[in-house]
Order: sequence, then structure tokens, then C-alpha cells
Amino acid sequence: MATTQEKELPKQESQTPPLESTADLLTELISHLQKSRTQLREEWVQRIREAELLTAMTREEIFAEATSVYDSYVEALETGTLEALQAYARNLSERIIPRGVETHEVVGIVLLLRDVLARSLFAKYRTDFRVLHRVLDAYEPAANRIGITVAVGFVQERERVIREQQEAIRELSTPVLQVRERLLILPIIGLIDPQRARQLTEQLLRGIRMNRAKVVVIDITGVAAMDATVANHLVLTVESARLLGATVIVTGLSPEIAQTLVNIGVDLGKMNTVGDLQGGIEEAERLLGYKVYPTRENPVA
Amino acid sequence: MEVPILKQGPYLIATVQSALTDADLLELRDGLVERIGQSRSRGVIVDVTALDVLDSFATRTLRDLAHMIRLRGAQTVIVGIQPEVAFAMAQFGLTLEGITTTLDLEEGLAYLDESLKTRRVG
Repeated sequence: MATTQEKELPKQESQTPPLESTADLLTELISHLQKSRTQLREEWVQRIREAELLTAMTREEIFAEATSVYDSYVEALETGTLEALQAYARNLSERIIPRGVETHEVVGIVLLLRDVLARSLFAKYRTDFRVLHRVLDAYEPAANRIGITVAVGFVQERERVIREQQEAIRELSTPVLQVRERLLILPIIGLIDPQRARQLTEQLLRGIRMNRAKVVVIDITGVAAMDATVANHLVLTVESARLLGATVIVTGLSPEIAQTLVNIGVDLGKMNTVGDLQGGIEEAERLLGYKVYPTRENPVA
Repeated sequence: MEVPILKQGPYLIATVQSALTDADLLELRDGLVERIGQSRSRGVIVDVTALDVLDSFATRTLRDLAHMIRLRGAQTVIVGIQPEVAFAMAQFGLTLEGITTTLDLEEGLAYLDESLKTRRVG
């Protein structure tokens, strides 16, 4: 882009009175924006409100943020470096994402600022179309770069937050607990998607190794239904655990899940199932050779 | 690479050290079935901890090995299958049906001790 401009420059100069260089134009443009700061900022905030963007924020907040964004924007135009604006955009995203500000709002306000500034340039240079053309040549690429930077910053921040939350949910959702020497329980609650199923398998097989478990009770009382893919995965998990030398007991199968398992034609010889978690743990204790008996005749008294 | 077969009390222990070719596997199978008679062993442990893949041929060979050893009057335990390997095997339906597998060598020895004891009593 810069090279075409440089190539065109001498031609234009030969036909017309000498023009200021692009850099000079940009300087002039920036001083114009700085001079009209109050008015343009007002106009921008007005247009944000008209477009009903940032409805989660008060007028004062919008005004304060608008001031900072405006200044960073002009500074980015002036210096040509985007680092400061990038940092500000990240910081702003961090603050406004928890308040439910959407991507279209952030992109919308940046585009509005671009429009407001472009119009003001238009008004200033409308008498000389040639100069206006060159001013816009200098202004547009920089403005677009800024817009992209802010939008990308916002989206990246949002994705980071989502990733963090997913990670937290994943860790919370797959506890592998040791209840006795060599006996693990794996209570599963909620919906199981293929991703979570993989996670569960991984955690379980790792848990078997780490705790040297002989018996594992997988309790799926808290799972209302599962599709054929996940049910298949459960069967595979049971078989893999057996290859590691551990017996798996599945407890708390709902009628729907029982139906799914029958539909996919599970080999019942491989699946050890017991009605509820208590029954499962008792069966596991029997397999491990434990025997539990009350120490008193009447334990409740 | 040849798999060393060690005699440990009434058992034979074969520890696989590195990836095996099909020929190595067959050699291991024949070697163990041969030795079981010479040493009058009651149990065989094949340790596959070092393997990060067990394909269908390996699985079938191990199954044949276990069945042949069973016919020669001893028991086989496969020990140390890695979690990822186990899941991959389950996915391909290579589940070593009817063959005992345990977590590691120690578990395998404990299992053989236990099962030989009950058989003597029963």
C-alpha cells in the first residue's frame, strides 16, 4: 500500500501544487482530532446511546470509557503502535465481559467512533476533494487496524475466560475417590458428552494406576440419559479397566440408560451392574474380602 | 529382540523390554510354552509395561499363548498394560477375553499365589 502511494506521489506533484506528505497529513489530522476532542467525544457517546449499545453501563461510565478509548485511539493513530491500545482493550474487556457486554457492542462502538471521526474529517476537508482523498488514505488503514485490534482483543479475552471456566468445570466434574484400600468410586452427575466421557476414562484409568485399585464403582445415579456413543464409551472404559486388572461395578442405571445399553447390544457378561451405590460398595467389599459388621448390638441407641 | 524368560519360584516371568516384531512374539510364545514343561512351572507372567502399542497380532498371540499354557497345565497373567494402550485395545475390541490381566508384576504374582492356593485347597 505504502509503495503505491509513493509511486503516485511524484505524478500528482507534477500536475498540481505540492501537497504535504502523508506523514504531515496524519499530523494535521491528529491535531484536528485533538482539538475537536470534546465535541467529537460527545457526539460519539450520543451515537452509542442512540444505537442502544453498552446498555449494561451507565451514561457516566460510557463517557469515562469513551474518553479513554478516544485518547488511546488518537494516540494509536499518532504513534502508529498498537501496544498501548491493545493493553487498554484487554483491560477494558476484562472489566466489561463480566457485565455481559456482547461482541457486537464492542465492535459497534469502535466502528461508530471510526464513523464519527471520518465524518468530522469530511466536514473539515470537504472544500478540497483531493486533500480529503489523501487524508482518508492516511486515516482509513490506521483506523481499520485499530478496529481489528480492539475487536480481536475482546474476543481473545472472552475466549480466555471461557477456556478457564471449561477447565474448572472439567476438573470439578470428574472426581475419582478412594473409599477403601484398593477401592475407588467415581460418582458421575449431569450430562455426559463425548468430551467429558473421554475425560472420565482418562481420569479413571490414571486413578486405577495411582491408587493400585482392584475394584472401581462407577455410580451413574445422577445421569438421566446417555446417547449410544457415550454408552459405548462406558463399555469401553469398563473393558480397559479390566485390562489394567481392575473390576468395574456400574451402579444406579436409570431405565433409559438400561434401554440404551440393551439397544447397543452390550455384552452383559462384561458389565457388572448393581442397583444402587450402597449395593455397589457392598459388592466391591465382598470382592476385596472385606466384611463390615456393627460394633454394637444397637448402633442407633 | 529376544525376550528374556526368568524362572522365579513356581513361575516363569517374561518381561518385554522393547517393541516386538511379529517374529519375536511367536518366538516368545513358543519359548514360554516349551519352558513351561521343562521347569514344571505353575504360572506364567508376561510383563508388557514397556509396550506403548499392542496390535491385533500381538493380542492374538498373547491369547493363543495363554490358551496353550492353560492346556499345558499352568496359568497366564498379562501385567502392566498402559492405560492408553488398554483403551485403544478396548476400542478395537481386543479385550483378551478370559485372560487374567493385572496392574503390574507385583499384582500378577499375588494373583497367581492366591489362585494356586485356592486350587490346592479346593
